[in-house]
Amino acid sequence: MFRKLKMGATALTVGLLAAACGSGGTGGKNGVIEYWLWDSGQQPGYQKCADEFAKENPGLSVHISQYGWDSYWSKLTAGFIADTAPDVFTDHLAKYAQFVDLKVLRPLDDLAPTADLQDGDYQAGLAALWKGQDGKRYGAPKDWDTIAIFYDNAALKAAGVDPATLQDLRWNPQDGGSFEKLVAHLTIDDKGVRGDEPGFDRDHVKVHGLSSEGSGGAGWGQTQWSAFAASAGWQATDKNPWGTRFNLDQPALQDTLSWYYGLVRKGYMASYSEIGGANAIGTDKQIQSGTAAMGLSGSWMISTFTKLTDATGKKLDIGLAPTPIGPSGKRASMFNGLADSVTTLSKQPENAAKWVKFMSGEKCQDIIGESGVVFPARPAATELAVAFNKKDRNLDVTPFTQQVTDKTTFLFPVMTNAADILALMNPRMDAVYIGSAPVSSLTGLNNQLNDLFKVAQ
Amino acid sequence: MALTAPLPKTTKARGRRDDTRLALLFILPALIGFLVFMVWPTLRGIYLSFTKFNLLTPPEFNGLDNYIRMVQDPVFWNSMKVTVYYVFVNIVLQTMFALVIAVMMQRLTKRTWLRGIVLTPYLVSNVVAAMVFLWILDYQLGIGNTVIAALGFDRIPFLSSDAWVIPTIALINVWRHVGYTALLIFAGLQTIPETMYEAGRMDGASEPRMFRSITVPLLRPVLALVLIITVVGSFQVFDTVAIATRGGPVDSSRVLQFYIYDVAFGRFQFGYASAMSVALLLVLVVITFIQYRVTRADSSDLN
Repeated sequence: MFRKLKMGATALTVGLLAAACGSGGTGGKNGVIEYWLWDSGQQPGYQKCADEFAKENPGLSVHISQYGWDSYWSKLTAGFIADTAPDVFTDHLAKYAQFVDLKVLRPLDDLAPTADLQDGDYQAGLAALWKGQDGKRYGAPKDWDTIAIFYDNAALKAAGVDPATLQDLRWNPQDGGSFEKLVAHLTIDDKGVRGDEPGFDRDHVKVHGLSSEGSGGAGWGQTQWSAFAASAGWQATDKNPWGTRFNLDQPALQDTLSWYYGLVRKGYMASYSEIGGANAIGTDKQIQSGTAAMGLSGSWMISTFTKLTDATGKKLDIGLAPTPIGPSGKRASMFNGLADSVTTLSKQPENAAKWVKFMSGEKCQDIIGESGVVFPARPAATELAVAFNKKDRNLDVTPFTQQVTDKTTFLFPVMTNAADILALMNPRMDAVYIGSAPVSSLTGLNNQLNDLFKVAQ
Repeated sequence: MALTAPLPKTTKARGRRDDTRLALLFILPALIGFLVFMVWPTLRGIYLSFTKFNLLTPPEFNGLDNYIRMVQDPVFWNSMKVTVYYVFVNIVLQTMFALVIAVMMQRLTKRTWLRGIVLTPYLVSNVVAAMVFLWILDYQLGIGNTVIAALGFDRIPFLSSDAWVIPTIALINVWRHVGYTALLIFAGLQTIPETMYEAGRMDGASEPRMFRSITVPLLRPVLALVLIITVVGSFQVFDTVAIATRGGPVDSSRVLQFYIYDVAFGRFQFGYASAMSVALLLVLVVITFIQYRVTRADSSDLN
């Protein structure tokens, strides 16, 4: 209990935390390229790529380390400070602008192997997101993701719902449309009364019609409310990337959120407490444990969902449906993508760039496509992933891909000051989700966010 | 200078001087540790609190900006409030439980293994304790809530409601530290002469009466020291919050240490984080000073 006074203590604790998260990950030497990623599901695929890379480049090899999402970023930060960061790491759009500002990312244009990356080789719009405000490229696109509805077929059958009706759902902020009707019908209280039947007890719900992924304050409601808000015509900032004015005060968002969090008050969606507060369980666990019948989640979760089993070990029958059509008459899904970045701490940037180039190249992208965990950034490799899901999982992933082909996607908001925005936004969104603050409180938050950019410029 | 004949007086003086040197030698390792790991970081922290510093590029001096921002930052004042609330609940419960356990250890049993058992939670690391309680207290799946539900009560959102979160975290840390605190108090109890209790028994005093009139007053110096140590430690609560709630729900468990950590390593504002650390340092200095004076920790009623 007696931790030493002051900063020493904080630094020490961080060191301990980082140490507790596992050791290793010192910047590579002698042709061994250190590579970090956070998704354990993708590690086997990239290991295959690494083996191929070593074959093609004698004298070079790749050492892959995987850390869970939360420890990944704190470990990376600690690595930048202590000079133990990897040569190459998987980067996220929400984070990379800060790293550019901190001067820890190497522009890929300045490195010979990656100088000739072409935007046109990747799904439209993906590559441009990774160009900083200085116009330089800081990440080579590797995959993309969109949002769709995952549902439990057994729950639908028990409710007498034809899965085909899910392909054409509509919602609006006034009465929720056919989407809310379905959610209500799939909700069951502890006496077996459905959410749309008289006598429904909203305080003692056994199965929620819609799963909860938390307040969405940490990622612009990516798997929570972004699909609804965008289908009502809302955008997070004045321009994307590098927006400086925020739109959290607009009625399009506030009405959407009133309706969305209203589902919690109606008992159709789990509350903050029920999903475990700060350590929330996701849609996959909620469907698996039978506390939710369906929910929104991202394409990176496909392999997790298709592996879900019930208590007896039997595989769950999971289906996919696109996000509902909103007031704008269109569907919407956030379009996000990961990329690989080279750190300035790397002692072998040219070798690191070779590996980045290889991962964003056809060969590795095809390997990733065939492993069926994510949609690779190259269109041809995306087709391989679609085919894999059809053949090996008997799953039609059109709900994810149609958003791209129909051009109903919107890009993840990329901006500077992301860490400050997260710190301000997350508690405020949690408060709205919990119900301790009204949706209109977001107008104050919006002013705070706008002020951040006044100071910065 | 070689001495051939024994000179009692000078040998004595020389011997004393040699002792000082030897003492310094013994102190040296601790002194180096103190200077390198305590004094230097403290001074550097105070310096950084007057700068804008993002950890990766050199600090820029910005005067009192960080302190002005701190005074105006509602999240800072809220963390201060949350921390004080936590310390109050934590210390009151912990000291009460520890005192009772220590007295029972002394008066009821002489078995070493039984006394040892009290210390076992302290052997578990804070992070592990937080993880275990996080699972036990989970709203849906935790065994704690399953038992509560089986008894016919409503499930309790221990770590996800703003009313429950601080008492829950305080109790988790009481569970972990109470044995250690009890052991310190127990050591203090051992210094109270058994004759006092014998005299009490002769006069026909009951156990509670002897506790009130003999144990507590004579234990005061030790209790004061224990309180100073535990209060300072309690103010620096971090791990349990970082693991179990990350400051939530909203800001209701955003204790000062966690806010400082988040600002420094999540938002790369090391200068502002240092300023808040200095504020915490000042608070602790003042509290320790007051405690020391009020409890007269440097004097004993025994002599």
